Amino acid sequence: MSNSPAIELKGITKRFGTVIANKNVNLVVNKGEILAVLGENGSGKTTLMNMISGIYYPDEGQIFVDGKEVLIRSPKDAFKYKIGMIHQHFKLVDVFNATENIVLGIKDKKKYNLKEAEKEVAEITHKYGFEIDPKKKIYEMSVSEKQTVEIIKVLYRGAEILILDEPTAVLTPQETEKLFNVLRRMREDNKSIIIITHKLHEVLEISDRVTVLRKGEYIDTVNTKQTNESELTEMMVGKKVSLNIERTEPKNPEDRLRVNGLSCKSSDGRQVLDNVSFTARSGEILGIAGIAGSGQRELLEAIAGLQNISSGEILYNDPKKNETVNLRDKTPVQIRDLGVRLSFVPEDRLGMGLVGSMDITDNMMLRSYKKGHSFFVDRKKPKNLAEDIIKSLEVSTPGTSTPVRRLSGGNVQKVLVGREIALNPKLLMAAYPVRGLDINSSYLIYNLLNKQKENGVAVIFVGEDLDVLIELCDRIMVINSGRVTGIVDGRTAVKEEIGLLMTKNHETEDDANGKE
Amino acid sequence: MFNAVTLITFLQRAIVQGIPILYGSTGEILTEKSGNLNLGIPGIMYVGGISGVIGAFLYEESLPSRDMINPFLAVFIPMICTVIGSMLMGLLYCFLTTTLRANQNVTGLAMTTFGVGFGNFFGASLVKLTGSDIPSVSLTATSKFFKASLPFADNLGWFGKIFLSYGFMTYLAIIIAVIAAIFLKKTRGGLHLRAVGENPATADAVGISVEKSKYMATCIGSIIAGMGGLYYVMDYACGVWSNEGFGDRGWLAIALVIFALWKPDIGILGSILFGGLYIVYLFIPGLALSTQELFKMLPYIVTIIVLIVTSMRKKREHQPPQSLGLSYFREER
Amino acid sequence: MARNENKVKEPLFHIVKRSSVKWYQAWGVRIASIAAALIVCALVTMFLTGKDPLKVYETMINGAFGSEKRIWNLLQGIAMLLSVSLAVTPAFKMRFWNIGAEGQVLIGGLATAACMIYFGDKLPTWALIIVMLVASIAAGAIWAFIPAFFKANWNTNETLFTLMMNYVGIQLVSYFVTVWEVPKGSGQIGIINQSTRAGWLPTIGDYDYLLNIIVVLVMTIGMYIYLRYSKHGYEISVVGESENTARYVGINVKKVIIRTMLLSGAICGITGLLLVAGTNHTITTSTADGRGFTAIMVSWLAKFNPIMMILTSFLLVFMQKGANEISTVYRINQSFSDIITGIILFFIIGCEFFINYRIVFRHKNKEEK
Repeated sequence: MSNSPAIELKGITKRFGTVIANKNVNLVVNKGEILAVLGENGSGKTTLMNMISGIYYPDEGQIFVDGKEVLIRSPKDAFKYKIGMIHQHFKLVDVFNATENIVLGIKDKKKYNLKEAEKEVAEITHKYGFEIDPKKKIYEMSVSEKQTVEIIKVLYRGAEILILDEPTAVLTPQETEKLFNVLRRMREDNKSIIIITHKLHEVLEISDRVTVLRKGEYIDTVNTKQTNESELTEMMVGKKVSLNIERTEPKNPEDRLRVNGLSCKSSDGRQVLDNVSFTARSGEILGIAGIAGSGQRELLEAIAGLQNISSGEILYNDPKKNETVNLRDKTPVQIRDLGVRLSFVPEDRLGMGLVGSMDITDNMMLRSYKKGHSFFVDRKKPKNLAEDIIKSLEVSTPGTSTPVRRLSGGNVQKVLVGREIALNPKLLMAAYPVRGLDINSSYLIYNLLNKQKENGVAVIFVGEDLDVLIELCDRIMVINSGRVTGIVDGRTAVKEEIGLLMTKNHETEDDANGKE
Repeated sequence: MFNAVTLITFLQRAIVQGIPILYGSTGEILTEKSGNLNLGIPGIMYVGGISGVIGAFLYEESLPSRDMINPFLAVFIPMICTVIGSMLMGLLYCFLTTTLRANQNVTGLAMTTFGVGFGNFFGASLVKLTGSDIPSVSLTATSKFFKASLPFADNLGWFGKIFLSYGFMTYLAIIIAVIAAIFLKKTRGGLHLRAVGENPATADAVGISVEKSKYMATCIGSIIAGMGGLYYVMDYACGVWSNEGFGDRGWLAIALVIFALWKPDIGILGSILFGGLYIVYLFIPGLALSTQELFKMLPYIVTIIVLIVTSMRKKREHQPPQSLGLSYFREER
Repeated sequence: MARNENKVKEPLFHIVKRSSVKWYQAWGVRIASIAAALIVCALVTMFLTGKDPLKVYETMINGAFGSEKRIWNLLQGIAMLLSVSLAVTPAFKMRFWNIGAEGQVLIGGLATAACMIYFGDKLPTWALIIVMLVASIAAGAIWAFIPAFFKANWNTNETLFTLMMNYVGIQLVSYFVTVWEVPKGSGQIGIINQSTRAGWLPTIGDYDYLLNIIVVLVMTIGMYIYLRYSKHGYEISVVGESENTARYVGINVKKVIIRTMLLSGAICGITGLLLVAGTNHTITTSTADGRGFTAIMVSWLAKFNPIMMILTSFLLVFMQKGANEISTVYRINQSFSDIITGIILFFIIGCEFFINYRIVFRHKNKEEK
């Protein structure tokens, strides 16, 4: 590997309003090496990369490509310097086919010829062992196919510096391995690769050097060979990880929710949940682990009455009346009217759980405004609730009339979780409740969940950090591609076991379907 | 009731009616493909028309005698005036919606208010200048050149009548629509433009300048639409500008965009159909005056039906551009 | 540093979204833009008429406020425009682009006129007015319901749908105008029930327009309360901001869309009633007079706040009346007012940018550091 730097960042700072996303970040990538950028969720990795690829413009700092200072004002500039980024959220035009997306934006002198381009795409596909139909429309594609298109797109335009933002989050282990092989081949080609991730084993497996960010700040860069998981973790979180989440024994667990053979199809006809069965008990936390997009969101939404269910039943056992009701095909209002005390902290906080432009009081009202027969809304009680939550959860905000969009991520989540808990639920579902939160806020959320558990609530916790799942949950259900691959005891489970379950059954998917 | 002669006349008149709408819709399709829903098209067509009229008027006035009119200049001057007038309108729309990111619906409607007012105001001013009693400006000398058709068209029977009996701007409209269709379907520029309208963030990420694309598409679209106004005055109305004469053709053009499913080539046939629907009442004998008014609804009803059917069938290719009506800001979080 | 700047071209500025703006800053920008627009309008007027701009504004003010009659006309104009603006506002708050108010008003007016013509001599006044009210509300609501139904169920593009419905409405009015024309062949209806005044809305004292103005004022306050304090209003905001959130809390989005559009159409229908039975006592295709479109701007400029809409509709009507006066006094075409209105709108539309975004000059930024 040659040691000349391909790209170098010096003192990059970026602010969004009053929030500092990146503060004085330095970073060097050499030619022919793979650099991992490691950091927790919300540490500013993606923002940083967006500045290299021209999506954002840094407030301060310099960028050097091949030793010369450059200005990257737009993606066009980034492309000029042969920088290509594969975004976490794919940037593809849905109604175009693969080839059209791949050639999009290229302005060479060659005559525009899709047939020719299709051939070239097929060549690249073949060379790297991808499988893709160049004529397939994006809206007909699976997530991993879309990612393939994104990668080919960057390869097709001969990028020398590739940035991959959390590329493995949506891939199966086999696909990840394939991707890593491609990356290694590109490294041999003297290309520079930046891979953003928060998965340590991947960092150790693929990268040459690791740059660590924490809360938007640059921490250090180390050689992968000279480091190990615990050192990296320490750099990433700032102190040794001993999560120390308190876990009490469940008291008198009773079956609160039984899901039997639940299957759902997405609006475009994909099977998102396939014969899911499990039980959630009162006084315990049931964790749900899985690769992102394995059906976690759909499962919770199905229970909350937001998904069309194709088969199966969702049985809720009402502790007060001691009767069982089926929640299937009920709307959220019907579920509430049945007396089911269900709270739900969805993954998309500002897009689903809250209304960003409304103030805290009005957001409190979301759950309660319908109460009573009055034609008018009552803002008094929600305002009191808002004040209570601000006080008890230490939400930092100028007041109850601040739009929640202006709050930081942690405070937004406190508002949302606080409101859901104020409903006195018997069943509490939380999807990635600590995503993007700092350590303190995360612990606050864990404590809140634990308190609910002690109060006899059945808690369902969808998480991504296996360490947290293992320390927090009483049982952990693992799902993959919409199917349950195992339910393990949180007290005895080990990460490797869960990791295996998360990727189990992938190659035999078709046989399994055939048998059933 | 529909014998061959009336059929030929009907087709002829349908085409003549359809051409201004075709100009408008081709222009609007290009504009909408960039994600700009330009509801200012009716105003732009007015401005296009009056600009050409002003140009022709000043040229005719500058001549000592109408006989000295130069055929090239008689056509060139109004056209260049139309291009400038409608392009300025397009620029204004783009400046407000793309650079200043204003709401497209509001901007477009304000442009229509302004454009129609502009057209009528200057139309009336010209009338005052001519000092005539009739509230219209007559530019028959100029119109002659716009209406000139091939001399042998009349000798070719029905074929000549249906296909060759029109002024050059009729063919220009069809040529522009065909070029626009090929541009959108077969060229790199078309691919890029469609990407901007579908998903500007994606287009931006691959290095397509979203702002430039929007400006280009909207200005060129406005020029094409403005040509529709010019055609209407110079060819259809034989060079006579009368206020409000253009009527609701601008809105019909927007309807045609939907009817044509954002495809200029379908727009050609659609414009003839719309033109036909617009005048079909004249060809149905025995219609009461009132019923004729009901017939004039037909183009709009047909459009509504197309709109409903495409939204129900949900075929992705037949939907409006995905980011239609939305402004784009790269650093949006 | 200096050397670097020679080598690489730094962008002069870039645009940043503001995180928050004080209300007085926002209004400062708006007032400044109106001032700028007035200056441009004065220049345009000067150029077209060759008159002293101050004189021109004097003429405008005179045109709007010059006599008691003019003030009443101004108030009536504001009331009618405001009424349509009230109608479109709940729909806009829901992000439903109802640009079909023109048609909804016309259909409401048409229903009113039909009642006046067919029941004018058959029903007592009070019953007739009730029938007219019900008919106009129903007609406007139906016209709004059609696009709403398809939007709610199949997500049919409402901007284009409502736009098309306008012209269906206009042609329908044309049809009935020809059916009802008096005398035959004149192409217009003339004053309906001129002798009996059947179905004419009552006047309060000697003031022809006072009833209209009061009705609209009550509707304005009602709409403000509805949007701000009622459960319906709250639901409209939630649906407008995020359909996903609405689903999550169990708001029936379809129902809200349809209910809100029914309300929107109903108010348009009432406006049609006020125009036909309370103002013109006839109907033509231009009874709505473009208010359906102007109202969109009124509502948008006022940030969907009904009280603010009094101001914005005042501004637009004032400009129209003033410009009309200019065209009469200086003998220029009436369309002059459209040009002036257009210019004012462009400025106000454009100024929102400076409220929502900030331009950051890079050099300045560096010096500050």
